[in-house]
Amino acid sequence: MAGHFPPAVELTTSGRPVLLPNEIECSILSSVDLECDEIPTFPLLKSGIIILTTHRIVWISDSTNSSNSAVAVPLAAINHIFSSKKGIKSMFSSPRVRFQVSFPSAGVPRSAVITIVIRGKGDHEVFVSKFWENWRARAWENDNNNNKDSSSSSASGPSSTGSGGFYSSEGTVRMVGVAGILRKEQEMWENTDKSLQEAFQDLNALMSKAKEMVMLAEKMRQKLLSSTSSHSGATNDDEVASKEEIQDWLLSVGIISPVTKESAGALYHQQLSRQLADFVRTPLDIAGGMISLIDIYCLFNRARGTELISPDDLLQACLLWEKIDVPVMLRKFDSGVMVIQSKSYSDDEVLARIRTLVTKPDALQFGVSASDAARTLGIAPAMAKEHLLTAESKGLLCRDVSPEGFRFYINLFPEINSEDLYLVKDYTVYASWIKATIANRPR
Amino acid sequence: MQKLGDFKLPHFFNYPPYFTLQPVRDTREKQIQLWKELILDYCRMQKIFVIGLEEDFPLFSNSVIERSLSHEAREAFLSALVSDGRAEWLDKGHRKCLILWHRIQDWADIILHFVKNNALEDSVMTVEEIRSGVESRGTELQGIDRTILMRALKLLEQKGKLAIFKGSSTDDEGIKFSV
Repeated sequence: MAGHFPPAVELTTSGRPVLLPNEIECSILSSVDLECDEIPTFPLLKSGIIILTTHRIVWISDSTNSSNSAVAVPLAAINHIFSSKKGIKSMFSSPRVRFQVSFPSAGVPRSAVITIVIRGKGDHEVFVSKFWENWRARAWENDNNNNKDSSSSSASGPSSTGSGGFYSSEGTVRMVGVAGILRKEQEMWENTDKSLQEAFQDLNALMSKAKEMVMLAEKMRQKLLSSTSSHSGATNDDEVASKEEIQDWLLSVGIISPVTKESAGALYHQQLSRQLADFVRTPLDIAGGMISLIDIYCLFNRARGTELISPDDLLQACLLWEKIDVPVMLRKFDSGVMVIQSKSYSDDEVLARIRTLVTKPDALQFGVSASDAARTLGIAPAMAKEHLLTAESKGLLCRDVSPEGFRFYINLFPEINSEDLYLVKDYTVYASWIKATIANRPR
Repeated sequence: MQKLGDFKLPHFFNYPPYFTLQPVRDTREKQIQLWKELILDYCRMQKIFVIGLEEDFPLFSNSVIERSLSHEAREAFLSALVSDGRAEWLDKGHRKCLILWHRIQDWADIILHFVKNNALEDSVMTVEEIRSGVESRGTELQGIDRTILMRALKLLEQKGKLAIFKGSSTDDEGIKFSV
């Protein structure tokens, strides 16, 4: 920490915090300030996004700025959370949450009070109660136990504990008047919520098991990774291939902390957009820089497991990429097919690969179909067709429509001399095409 | 190399995309250019004056690669010839097309040349005699399409090189040269 408090947080390229193992996001609010008068080096943290996780409070500066900065206060460092004072005054000013932290400063333990000022419209009461819950749940201690004794990981997941409700009524003062009515309403809500929760207990159990499964998958993946690297020379290709496949599956199982409407609220699409941007990088690399929206929809939801998103949410998330600084973009082809591609992706590279493909002797004579190209380029047929059509529009290919189907050939037209129809220049594609067709023509 | 009768076909005749009307502009322009040249060459060699779009035309299909031109493609290529002044639609429905491998002006020059070579400067001939008479045997005028011949003769008449008159006995028109 080098004496600095609060410590800085590592961000992904799309501006989301890099989470710790087993860390789960619980609540997100926007337009939040962090203030501390007692620490002279405390940075100016104004109107950012605050993310409450099971382990930390993460503050990120507003996203429109490309140079994001972020700090985090570990929940473990918090000694005390002050109950919020309810009064007439608190109804008109921004809600505040104060808590005391202790941290080492130049080797000496110090403590200070930090205030969270919530200026945004988000539901701060939910935030505060989650804050209490998480702080008391002590998920970080669980982690340490799990690390020491991994066999006893009987999933006392932070989401399942902490909802004990001993403290849920602490800090609230019964009031008369409008506040009292509101309070009553709130209680009614809570009661219905409780009965709903009971009804869905089985579902929760399933979900907590799902988390176990994710952990198991992660563990298996690590084992597989270490075993392939240790004696890679001895295994044969088949084994390696199947292992790679399993690894791929396992890899796509695990988003441990998916952004949900519940946790992110109004910031849902924006945060989802960032998480998606982080997620697509691996499949994008595998697919060669471009992947169809449908494929990502499947992969992303599989990785999320239980918290599925709708196709519209996905599209909204992709559309938001224009506004935030991420290394991926949404691209719409003339045909309406939508794909995700990395910004570093270049059409030229694909064109070069297509050129190689269509100048092979077989392809010279018989052309290539979209499915041929899909197989060779390792992409989906619909995407391959888009690439071929792009190549055609750039004059690299031309089409052949016949009862046998729709095929693409290398474009020979520019090389044919319209002054002398019989002229064939040496070392042209036209010449090699003639060679290929004459060699293979049945006689 | 492949042949159609005694007409030598270029290599690209076996190139399947040659038979599909290309959607991309630059490619399509080059394709149309090549078709125009091939149609004119073929018609000149085979002395074909009229192409019927709905009839079988040997050049418009290739049995070796099993490809043939669609109606749309045929019309596109012939229309390109028409706009170059190298062909004319004979009907409004674009079903028959007159191919002018020589422009009408060129045909008129050929007639003048023919008249001078045969010392016919002041003589009288029928239109049919020009098409199939002894004098025209072996020249390009032999078997010339009647429509084209009449157009060329009318052009010469406008220039005062001859006079066309209706024959009394037959349907045939007579030509009085005055070169």
